[in-house]
Amino acid sequence: MAETVSGAEIQLENVTKRYPGTGEPAVKDFNMTIPAGKIVIFVGPSGCGKTTTMRMINRLIEPTSGTITIGGEDTLKLNADALRRKVGYAIQQAGLFPHFTVAQNIAVVPGLLDWEKKKIGDRVDEMMDLVGLDPSVYRDRFPRQLSGGQQQRVGVARALAADPPVLLMDEPFGAVDPITRGNLQDELLRLQLELRKTIVFVTHDFDEAVKLGDKIAVLGDQSTIQQFDTPEAILANPANDMVAGFVGAGASLKQLTLLRVRDVNYHDNALTVVAPDSSPAELRKQMSEQGKTYALVLDARRRPQRWVHVRDLSTASSLATVGRPVGDNVSTQSTLQDALEAILSEGGNAVVTGSRGEYVGTIDIETVTNTIQQLRDEHDAGSAAS
Amino acid sequence: MSSTTKVQGFSTESGSRRADRVRLLAQPVAVLVIVGLVLLWAFTRSNDSIEAESIQASVLLAKTWEHVLITVVVAAIVVGIGVPLGMVLTRSWAKPVAPIFIGIANIGQAAPALGVLVLFFLWTEWDGLWAAALPIAFYSLLPVLRNTIVGIQSVDPALVDAGRGIGMSSRGVLFRIEAPLAVPLILAGLRTSLVLAVGTATLAFFVNGGGLGELVDTGYKLNRVSVLVVGAVLAVGLALLIDWIGALLEEYLGPKGLS
Ligand SMILES: Nc1ncnc2c1ncn2[C@@H]1O[C@H](COP(=O)(O)OP(=O)(O)OP(=O)(O)O)[C@@H](O)[C@H]1O
Ligand SMILES: [Mg+2]
Repeated sequence: MAETVSGAEIQLENVTKRYPGTGEPAVKDFNMTIPAGKIVIFVGPSGCGKTTTMRMINRLIEPTSGTITIGGEDTLKLNADALRRKVGYAIQQAGLFPHFTVAQNIAVVPGLLDWEKKKIGDRVDEMMDLVGLDPSVYRDRFPRQLSGGQQQRVGVARALAADPPVLLMDEPFGAVDPITRGNLQDELLRLQLELRKTIVFVTHDFDEAVKLGDKIAVLGDQSTIQQFDTPEAILANPANDMVAGFVGAGASLKQLTLLRVRDVNYHDNALTVVAPDSSPAELRKQMSEQGKTYALVLDARRRPQRWVHVRDLSTASSLATVGRPVGDNVSTQSTLQDALEAILSEGGNAVVTGSRGEYVGTIDIETVTNTIQQLRDEHDAGSAAS
Repeated sequence: MSSTTKVQGFSTESGSRRADRVRLLAQPVAVLVIVGLVLLWAFTRSNDSIEAESIQASVLLAKTWEHVLITVVVAAIVVGIGVPLGMVLTRSWAKPVAPIFIGIANIGQAAPALGVLVLFFLWTEWDGLWAAALPIAFYSLLPVLRNTIVGIQSVDPALVDAGRGIGMSSRGVLFRIEAPLAVPLILAGLRTSLVLAVGTATLAFFVNGGGLGELVDTGYKLNRVSVLVVGAVLAVGLALLIDWIGALLEEYLGPKGLS
């Protein structure tokens, strides 16, 4: 059903906003190309002009000068109301109309666009499914009857209802608890995988920016761009002290959240043995042949079970009970941060498993530190070259 | 509705919702019982010829009907002028002139109702229903006008922003978001206006507008306490009934989903 319209490119050229009666402009000579289908995050200190810049894109605020195009079309030449129907808009605390039901809230923009009743009804159900709200339960509820997180979902569904190529989000998850925020972020990423909108997202929270952004724009006073780059590049190599301050402590740890185990060179040379097919004596022989002190015991489906030290084998009667059980393991999908956690709790080495839980290798702390070092060198080389 | 009635609009909020509910049931019953008892007394006592001329079903019905008619016309004028005017005055371009209109409405209410009535009569030399209804409407306009303005101004600006942000026109936001959310306060204002109107309509007889004031006047001038009492009790009963209808409107006409 969902026609996956990919987003449109947004271009801001020499955009300036001077509020009447103020000396300095709130946004000064802003230039940026926001690539189609990507999530671009504006972060920066309070009052730096993030909201002002974003709201000029759908002309809730009219630029004093400069041009803004969406998909090559000059927004200033369009009717402002018509423009806004084609640009999704979601704000903090959702801004749902309290006297409209969930369905009526989601149906507003399709209604403004004069869709047929039947099509609107179908679309409402589809959007509710998309954001994980059961239509038969929530369709006729009023916003008051929803939790903050559910309201936020409805807010996103309303913004997406008419399938706009562009979505503007101003601190949309700012007012919910950290766990709900995490879930909403995961869901936005899942939606985006499917929808490929161009999303401009304003936040105060740098971790949120790192998690969601394809690119992050760190803005200073008057919306001056301090750095506009991928999260990896900003973490590895902040352009100036202001950006470094914003990245905050623990940049290396944050980088670990961006990398997956599958992206790094983990080891696959551990000595493994499938428990039902072998015995302690056989394993001991193998270990001394290969000069290994540790081996990993797998079950019949090659899932990691136990770590065995060569010493344990002399007294053992069966491979099923020897050594110590494998604790935390990580999958190839895990982030390096999760991997690091597992490595530390496992005492230096964590088992990596594939999609069916089968052994694919091991990862140690050296792999992690090498990866970070390598990233840093790459970005240094990259910025030196440019 | 408690969050919106805090602001300086006229509010008829009294006590808890539960108490409101009880009042909603008890008020009309009490009115009917008291009016019924008084009428029973008036019709069963021995009335002289002057009294009998007033205390008869057709006269009482006619006077009550005139009174209701004035009140209804006033309510229509007040809603017809107060609500649209209030809506217009909340538009950003009307900000500078809003105080002027509120000032005029303030004068209307601050001046004694009888004065407004008489001045209007002297000025136009009209009499009858309209001569009574128009000045009374002027006198009782303020609650609706001011509550419309306050009601719209107290709508969360984030909702207006959200409405504009998803592509509603400014009129669309006014009619679909701001005005409906202001309805509870507008109705509270209307109830106050109605009570003012039904009370002031007792003065309508000064300009030949009829109404229950005429009975009171007759009873007083001709020194017939029974006529005076019947007129006064009917006027009070009607005021309480109108107030009750106002309460019903507030209870059932407000937008859903707010509590
Ligand atoms: N309507 C207005 N009139 C005058 N000045 C304004 C107006 N709106 C915003 N400003 C000023 O413009 C600057 C940028 O405001 P803006 O709301 O864009 O900041 P922001 O980066 O979104 O801040 P926050 O993170 O606190 O939301 C601020 O200095 C603010 O005071
Ligand atoms: Mg802001």
